[in-house]
Amino acid sequence: MKLSREASKKVLVLVMLLPAAATITLFLAFPAALTVLISLTELDYRFQWIWCGVGNYAKLFNSPVLQFIVKATAIYVAGTLAFNTLMGLVIALVSTRVHEGLGTFIRAIWLLPRVLPSVVWALLMMWIFSPLEHGFLNSLIVKAGGKPIPWTFLYHWPFLFIVNGFIGSSLSGIVFSSAIKSIPQDYIIAARVDGASSFTIVRKIILPMIKWHIAFFVAYNTLSLIASFEYILLTLNGGPGFYSTEVMILHAYHLAFGQYMVAMDFGYAATIVTILLVIGLVLSIAYWRVFRLRRLMIEPKLE
Amino acid sequence: MVTVKLENVTKIFRGGVEAVRDLNLEVKDGEFLVLLGPSGCGKTTTLLMIAGVYKPTKGYIYFDDKIVNDLEPKDRNIGMVFQSYALYPHMSVYENIAFPLRLKKLPKEEIDKRVREAASMLHIENLLDRRPSQLSGGQQQRVALARAVVKQPGLFLMDEPLSNLDAKIRIEVRAELKRLQRELGITTIYVTHDQAEAMSLADRIAVMNEGRLMQLGTPDELYYKPANTFVAGFIGAPAANLVEADVVETERGLELSMLGTRFPLPSDLAAAVQGVSRVVFMVRSEDVKISPGKGFFVYSAEWLGRETFVHIQAPDGTLLRVTLPPGQHVAVGEAVSVSFDYKKVHLYRPSGELIV
Ligand SMILES: Nc1ncnc2c1ncn2[C@@H]1O[C@H](COP(=O)(O)OP(=O)(O)OP(=O)(O)O)[C@@H](O)[C@H]1O
Ligand SMILES: [Mg+2]
Repeated sequence: MKLSREASKKVLVLVMLLPAAATITLFLAFPAALTVLISLTELDYRFQWIWCGVGNYAKLFNSPVLQFIVKATAIYVAGTLAFNTLMGLVIALVSTRVHEGLGTFIRAIWLLPRVLPSVVWALLMMWIFSPLEHGFLNSLIVKAGGKPIPWTFLYHWPFLFIVNGFIGSSLSGIVFSSAIKSIPQDYIIAARVDGASSFTIVRKIILPMIKWHIAFFVAYNTLSLIASFEYILLTLNGGPGFYSTEVMILHAYHLAFGQYMVAMDFGYAATIVTILLVIGLVLSIAYWRVFRLRRLMIEPKLE
Repeated sequence: MVTVKLENVTKIFRGGVEAVRDLNLEVKDGEFLVLLGPSGCGKTTTLLMIAGVYKPTKGYIYFDDKIVNDLEPKDRNIGMVFQSYALYPHMSVYENIAFPLRLKKLPKEEIDKRVREAASMLHIENLLDRRPSQLSGGQQQRVALARAVVKQPGLFLMDEPLSNLDAKIRIEVRAELKRLQRELGITTIYVTHDQAEAMSLADRIAVMNEGRLMQLGTPDELYYKPANTFVAGFIGAPAANLVEADVVETERGLELSMLGTRFPLPSDLAAAVQGVSRVVFMVRSEDVKISPGKGFFVYSAEWLGRETFVHIQAPDGTLLRVTLPPGQHVAVGEAVSVSFDYKKVHLYRPSGELIV
């Protein structure tokens, strides 16, 4: 049989796409579908596949816990995202302003928390911000004659922003500083000669010129934050108090893996994960639209 | 507008690169001065010191009678134009031109009036709403010029503003630039490595090499009286012939031994090289005359439309560049003899300084 040119071209394209399509199916579509399916069952420690329709969803929407975990998720994602982005910008602006070697050093130092094992980093931060008087900050305050401050109780959100942010901002810092470094010097010189202050140059020239990099980071980071709970689990674990830092994904974790045989409420946990999947999907589309990520991916914005 | 004076200006970058060395230069009020030199000779560095972006390591820069070494770029009232145009891609043409005025916090109507004035001066009124990426190179450069003009600066600083344009547009914008500068009477310092561009634009040219000033003069002076072999070789197209020669004494007087043969020196030149044993002989291609004869051969010939440009091979193998007057033709391989218009010949010491 002879294939027409058009048809053989299509076959070729399909064959070329196959590896990527297989990977996506295996690692993305399949687990997602499985999660949705599990959310429609009462799967638990007995591992019995009992269909329950939308029962889990009804249970979740009537649960008094829901408002707490939604609120915690919103605060956590928004706050950490803001911290990461702003801190990344500060690192990028400072480290590109100073001497080249020092700038690289600053960015390298900032990478340390990321390469540290997460338990070590969590331990370190819990020691620094310990509410007891032997914690690092409090011991300084006590030495200076002050009264210890219960950091993690009073400021649990800022604490989490810092614990996460020192890791997230190392990435944004590197992305933003390489973007800033690729801005031709002529723009900056032209603006200075025309009378722009450093602040104006940042606001009117540098930020608009790296806005695609910022948009990319914001989009990427939101999606990863929705699904991240590692450092909350290792530090405050949803507390202090009643579900104050229990984000949705952490709640799902607790429901599924919180305590052997006692938790293991896989069906109910999958419900929350499914909702997060939908939120992630909706946000992806929204970002795609708002930031025109499509254009970002098609044309390189800075050489 | 403003007089610019550089006094013993030296710039040494961190790491020890000496980009500019002991530069003395005075740019007169309203003058169009071109900084000319090969790549890496320190032209941009000099310009950026005048702009206040770099600080001289040594020496002083004066605007009129005031030392400006420590004056911020924004307080120098200069309009700058770059090779890259440096138009902000996220702003419209209008906003690009208005940018310096907005920073001065001028009233809206005033900004609008001046932007439109500058735009009409450069014939870009119909492009004001576009983005720089929607313009051709020539149009972008006009916008960049408008942005410099709109500030009504006392001094224009331009760093190879035309190098990214293709030949035809370059000549067009060049004429525009010259007209604009004449009209506005703004002192201009213009950097280029293109000697033809320098010759056509400049009131005076400062030729630089390896961070040092080689000669400062009008295009005529540089062409007809280059102060050293560097300027002699750099100015003029086709490049002048520079030939090493021995001065030998014979019973007929002094002769130059070069190109594998001997040339008797006329008495005025002979007097000047009395006691010198080696010189560099410089002659421009149009001052070499060839006639049927022997000893030299026509190596190649290019007909350029009006005149013919030929390479003549000397007995020792050296190739001489020769421009034939309109009407004269030679055949490749033809044997010829060569003579020089000694009134226009220069002799230099082997170290490069002018003897005569
Ligand atoms: N910021 C800098 N730091 C260190 N060295 C520099 C710096 N800027 C320029 N140089 C060096 O100083 C010398 C002169 O550079 P400059 O840019 O002034 O040359 P130029 O005459 O403008 O050359 P071109 O025609 O290539 O633009 C060069 O050797 C260059 O490498
Ligand atoms: Mg340069």
